[in-house]
Amino acid sequence: MARTKSNRRQQLEHVALVPVDWLEERSGFVGAIKYFLFRKVPHDTNWFHTLGSATLTAFIVQTVTGVILAFYYKPSPNEAYDSIQMITNDLTLGWLVRGMHRWGASVFIILLFLHMGRVFLFGAYKYPRELNWLLGVLLLVLAMLEGFTGYLLPWDQTAYWATVVGINLNATAPFLGPFIADFLRGGQEIGTNTLSIFYSMHMLLIPGGLIALITLHVYLVIRLGVSSPPWSSDPAGMERTEVVTAKRGLVEPRPRGNGAAADEVVRRQPEP
Amino acid sequence: MADELERPEETSETHEHEDPGAHLPPPTIWPFAFAGAVALILVGLIVSTWAAVVGIVLAVIFGFLWIRDVTRDVRAAPEPEPVVAPPPLTVEEGEVGEPERYPRSKFLEGATLGLGAVIGGIVTVPALGFAVAPAFVGQEDPDVDLGPMDSYPEGEWRITTFTADPEKGDVTRRTAYIRYNGLLNEVPSYTIISNRCVHLGCPTQPQGPPGEEQTVETSVAPVTLIPTQPSGFGCPCHGGAYDTEGNRTAGPPVRALDRYEYSIINGSLWLGELYSVGEVEGEGADAVAVRYPATDPGVHVDGFEQVLYPITP
Repeated sequence: MARTKSNRRQQLEHVALVPVDWLEERSGFVGAIKYFLFRKVPHDTNWFHTLGSATLTAFIVQTVTGVILAFYYKPSPNEAYDSIQMITNDLTLGWLVRGMHRWGASVFIILLFLHMGRVFLFGAYKYPRELNWLLGVLLLVLAMLEGFTGYLLPWDQTAYWATVVGINLNATAPFLGPFIADFLRGGQEIGTNTLSIFYSMHMLLIPGGLIALITLHVYLVIRLGVSSPPWSSDPAGMERTEVVTAKRGLVEPRPRGNGAAADEVVRRQPEP
Repeated sequence: MADELERPEETSETHEHEDPGAHLPPPTIWPFAFAGAVALILVGLIVSTWAAVVGIVLAVIFGFLWIRDVTRDVRAAPEPEPVVAPPPLTVEEGEVGEPERYPRSKFLEGATLGLGAVIGGIVTVPALGFAVAPAFVGQEDPDVDLGPMDSYPEGEWRITTFTADPEKGDVTRRTAYIRYNGLLNEVPSYTIISNRCVHLGCPTQPQGPPGEEQTVETSVAPVTLIPTQPSGFGCPCHGGAYDTEGNRTAGPPVRALDRYEYSIINGSLWLGELYSVGEVEGEGADAVAVRYPATDPGVHVDGFEQVLYPITP
């Protein structure tokens, strides 16, 4: 009995594994995913460490709902308000998707700040993760720009005048301010171009930047590991090391005396 | 240099206690002082210019001290080996006496990179130009017919709403306050003030009861007139207040309300270009002001702060 079950299980596993092996042999994706999912983390990570993935989830929700909203939204001054009304009142479940996008935007920003607070209070921005903090700051700026550009799109009185004030705030910046304002408006006054400029930035330009930066951000998290809480007995990060690459010419690395590979990480010899 | 480096497995013991903070800057108090000086600048910008000047001086001093502290190790360290990346064309430097070699692979590498840069530039420069330039070129609105002169009785205000560019439609609906001041040197004089608040661009409201709305047909697009006798103009957003000449009387605006040029064509009042003024002296037909190019709300056109906006589009 047990033997037949074992045989059947073997057959099943074989059927399941053949396509996985096929994929792994040609791409290495399976190993990469395993490496990502089963990498080591400090033993006392806690719920605060989930804020980063929560922010990422909020961003994914914004992306998906935003793409669906773009099916029906019309970014022209004469049609924008009516198309929003249609999405909200006429289309099946349109109110839900618009609501998810509308409230999810706030959730995204709130989670960003909570995640940033966690990183700050845990000291997780310190060596070797300074670069990831900087990427996070850029992500925060882009997320705020998403909020600013998205706010105009409903094209109602609140959206219009909030954007008038927001753009004019930019105009008061010294030296470049008036130029930034003209660029954002597509002219000296909010007009026919402003809405499509904001739509394009909200839909294409800034999300592209966000996705690229999020990729780098997560890559660095995987490379550097999750930091342990300040009270942990685990080390917070790697030991301090010296990277050889920076000391070599970038164009054509040459082997040094000990023949170390170009990207090898070696420890500095203690001073005598 | 190479002798200092070893493989990790050859130095398995940890060294962080023997060489603590070899790359950490020494502790310093000056960032705090620097932050205080920056705060003083910001407070000074609101409260007193002199406090801001003192803040700038302190920020420079503390910033210098901070940099001096954090670079002390680097400056004290022995002359480091220069880490300049060798230029790509001289990588293959030979031994002494041998002539400099210039292999084909180097040429091909450089040619590929250079061609790629040229192609990228050919694509990127026009695209960037198209992304930015339309916002700054060809932005003039056409003149607007505001209806016959007798729609504007002498000494009375009209809240006039018009379409600045009929081709673009309702998104260019704008409002101006218009008063006929009578003849000045036998030429009709009008005061035409934009309703756009020069704090951050909200629409100001006339402070007085509005009369009955009337619509005037013109040669371009219908114009709406609402008679009123305001004591001034006020902005609902942040409390900016102006008198009937557009001068600021209270609140955050940085100059007087913008004004429009005008002309009389075949007995009709035509609206011209928008322009900015610093401050208006006198009233009605006798009002005198320095004319500046139309600028964004919140931008100073006169006074000390204009140095912050040396050129505007």
